[in-house]
Amino acid sequence: MAAQNLVFAVLAVVAVLAALRVVTTRNVVHAALYLVAVLGSVGALYVLLAAEFLAAVQVLIYIGAIVVLFLFGIMLTRPTLGRESGLDNDQRWLAGITGLFLFGVLSYVLVEAFGDERLPRLEGLDREALTAERGTGAVGDAIFSTYLVPFEVVSVLLLAALVGAIVLARRE
Amino acid sequence: MLVNQFLVLGAVLFSIGVYGVLARRNGVLVLMSIELILNAVNINLVALGALQGASGAVTGQVFALFVITIAAAEVGVGLAIVLLIYRNRASVDLDEVDLMKG
Amino acid sequence: MLENAWVIPTLTFVSFWLILFFGKRLPGHGAEIGIGALGLAFVLSCVAVVQWVDRPATEVVPHGTSEEVHGEEEEEHGAAGGQRGEDRQVVATAVETGGHGEETPIRSAVERNVTWFTIGDVEVTAGTAVDGLTVVMLFTVTLISLLVHVFSTNYMHGDVRFTYFFAALSLFTTGMLLLVVSSSTLQALFGWELMGLCSFMLIGHWWEKAENSNAAMKAFLTTRTGDVGLLVGIVTLFFAAGQTFDIALINERALTGAIGHTALVVGAVGLFIGVIGKSAQFPLHTWLPDAMAGPTPVSALIHAATMVVAGVYLVARLYGVFWEAFDIGAGGVNPIAVVGGITVLIAAALAFVQDDIKKVLAYSTVSQLGYMVMALGVGAWTAGIFHLFTHAFFKGLLFLGAGSVSHAVHSFDMKADMGGLRKYMPTTFVTFLIGSVALAGLFPLAGFWSKDEILVGAAENGYPVFELVGIVGAFLTAAYMTRCVYLTFFGEYRGHAHPHESPRPITIPLMVLAVFSVGAGLLNAPGVEKFFEITENRVFLLAGVEHHSFEVFPAVVSTVVVLAAIAFAYLLFFERRLPRGLTRRNALARSGYTLLTNKYYLDHLYTGVIVGSVKGAIARAAYWFNQKVIDGVVNAVGIAARRSGDWTYRHIDQAVVDGAVNGAGFGAEGFGGILRTIQTGRVQQYAALLFGAATVLALGLIIFV
Repeated sequence: MAAQNLVFAVLAVVAVLAALRVVTTRNVVHAALYLVAVLGSVGALYVLLAAEFLAAVQVLIYIGAIVVLFLFGIMLTRPTLGRESGLDNDQRWLAGITGLFLFGVLSYVLVEAFGDERLPRLEGLDREALTAERGTGAVGDAIFSTYLVPFEVVSVLLLAALVGAIVLARRE
Repeated sequence: MLVNQFLVLGAVLFSIGVYGVLARRNGVLVLMSIELILNAVNINLVALGALQGASGAVTGQVFALFVITIAAAEVGVGLAIVLLIYRNRASVDLDEVDLMKG
Repeated sequence: MLENAWVIPTLTFVSFWLILFFGKRLPGHGAEIGIGALGLAFVLSCVAVVQWVDRPATEVVPHGTSEEVHGEEEEEHGAAGGQRGEDRQVVATAVETGGHGEETPIRSAVERNVTWFTIGDVEVTAGTAVDGLTVVMLFTVTLISLLVHVFSTNYMHGDVRFTYFFAALSLFTTGMLLLVVSSSTLQALFGWELMGLCSFMLIGHWWEKAENSNAAMKAFLTTRTGDVGLLVGIVTLFFAAGQTFDIALINERALTGAIGHTALVVGAVGLFIGVIGKSAQFPLHTWLPDAMAGPTPVSALIHAATMVVAGVYLVARLYGVFWEAFDIGAGGVNPIAVVGGITVLIAAALAFVQDDIKKVLAYSTVSQLGYMVMALGVGAWTAGIFHLFTHAFFKGLLFLGAGSVSHAVHSFDMKADMGGLRKYMPTTFVTFLIGSVALAGLFPLAGFWSKDEILVGAAENGYPVFELVGIVGAFLTAAYMTRCVYLTFFGEYRGHAHPHESPRPITIPLMVLAVFSVGAGLLNAPGVEKFFEITENRVFLLAGVEHHSFEVFPAVVSTVVVLAAIAFAYLLFFERRLPRGLTRRNALARSGYTLLTNKYYLDHLYTGVIVGSVKGAIARAAYWFNQKVIDGVVNAVGIAARRSGDWTYRHIDQAVVDGAVNGAGFGAEGFGGILRTIQTGRVQQYAALLFGAATVLALGLIIFV
């Protein structure tokens, strides 16, 4: 129990600090690398929540594909690398206040709603039954039965995004 | 573990993401901040799912997967738009993109 | 064939893909695939018609169930009850069975459904429901489409996108056939939208010219406006009818009172908005005349015979819903009849001022669609469908005739490039004349019978106003068609090309359609009544919709009116007896003419006022208000006050009033200025406002709720 909380604390601190650096750093490439740290910790958090398939997808898609895409985007839009000023606009303070305000409201609501409710403990339960119930196989079954129609819709959306991205980025 | 550990962490990441979306001038950085927001939402989905027992856990994961898919699509289209802006204006400064000015 | 009606749209759908992939490599550039598929579809449709006619009438429907449930309504139009008994006798003898007082056996619809997908507990089915209405539509659509295909092989010969054109025609026909056979509203929506898409593709076929692509865009967006209503209607009915898309079920539940009246009205209004868009009813009719930018075969197929009647078909198909929602049986005023009636008159008037032959026909189509909608609105269900049926033939004929003419003179302008063509193009002239007379509605051509039924229906069901509208419409129709025929075929040839009769692929469809234009009306002539017998369906009986057959008096009246109109137009154009240049001398006539040539300023309203005001930011409005109104008022007040106060207390007066004036002015300007600063055009600032506002609202929710 304590070990879990310890791991959580470490991951949470890493995620928050890295996220803060993502939105404050003055080097665009560094921002992307900090984003990797955030995404990695979030992936580890998924493992903590017994969602290992999601963790794998998080690493494959987010870190493997999306961040690489970001790096490509940075390369293509800014030939000169390194520190630069003027990455933030003049409404930084307004944005900070909005963010803090939002955080206040959200955390208040969460504390009010969930208080000290605990996640169900999984230790000591039958490992095979757990895997059958909520493992990767169960997720796959759910996608291809209960959520088949949304899954198809999402695949069409991906196709549309693919076509849209090509059309937008293509040189005339 | 308290469920609120995860939920409040989600709230923190969400707020940081919102700050990034509002305060950054570089189009690519704005997109990164949006990823932060989406990840915060995903943490919430999975944590709240885990709170609901086995079927809830699966549902939460499936929704998180959908969100990841949509994030991928969003980044693809978003970066294409940023590239287009860069190509047309030789800059990705969003302050200069104000054609909607009244 | 009745069970396997899905084969027919599938044929054309397969044809679409075949043309797309293999069309260019074939000797006929894909036309042969389209014609082959359509020919087969037509044969199958004929088989379906025959099978339907041979189908024994076995289903017994308790007549007028709705009246039993709504006992009060029965008394309201109880006067019509006696009439109903007689009609039933006619039906009974026609099918040669039954005749047991209250119960009349009819042919039951052939339904065949498969599960499409399941969401939660709701099972959505796809399938076909074939009844008399369906087979009639199948027959009409496949026949007209086949003829248009044949026509196009010559008309579109040498076009750069010849293959693509045929592929789009196939896909379009698929959409219409899918709509016609579908048993659920959701599936019907697919066909409906497919047609919208193909209409867009075909109107903009020659998209190199900006006006053509604009016309395509306009047609697409205008019909889309209506489709929003359609979607709302379908979803409303889905929930109101107990989570079902099944058309038969929706009709039945609407008629038996299982759907609440409010939900029914919302659903019906939504559906009807869709109909207004698709069937080019007032006030969304403006797209149809512009759609004439497409190739002429497209105008004939889409904008006369099939797509635009989809709306009429939808009303007829879901008639139970409209019947209950708008209380059509009770007489009086309902939106369907009113919209139809308005459309009849305004479109017929517009047809007078057009110089483009296709535009005349386009407005004529709008007007005739108004007739059909009006017929359905006044409870004359059979008459409306019958008019749809006959109109498809003669309007298809007229459009193809116009295409033949333009093929010869390379223009659509009647005043500049036509005239005297009867000598050069005898076949086209004769067939066009037949089409015109059929449209005008002279005995014994097709239009006469269907129009008369509408008039009788309007009169008998307690809608005398709409009977009058119909008669006036008939007058206008006959007059503008006379003008059109005169300008095209009589007088001296004014064009520069060398007109010649069109080749066979063009004239043969004309002749076939001419035959139908002459004969189709006899299907429902007194003593025959085949059409009524074929299309009679369950909804029809459940609701107690009455069918009124031919009557002599309105027939005589309308014939006299039509003849008078032709005589009037004859005097005006052929003999030039009536005063010419009326529009130049008479202010009233001139203003009327201006109103008509500007199409009642509806386009100005849409693009200028509505689109313009949406485009213009609020800040601009505020700025304008500030500049013109506030400053103007303030200045006027200021000047008046200063002048009156100038005599004494000059300094105090000036200080106070000017101060107030300037204060007000600055205040207003400042207000406008504040509004302007918000409109920076920077998305992130908007986003900040959005997030901030959402958070504040959330906070409010937490605190106060």
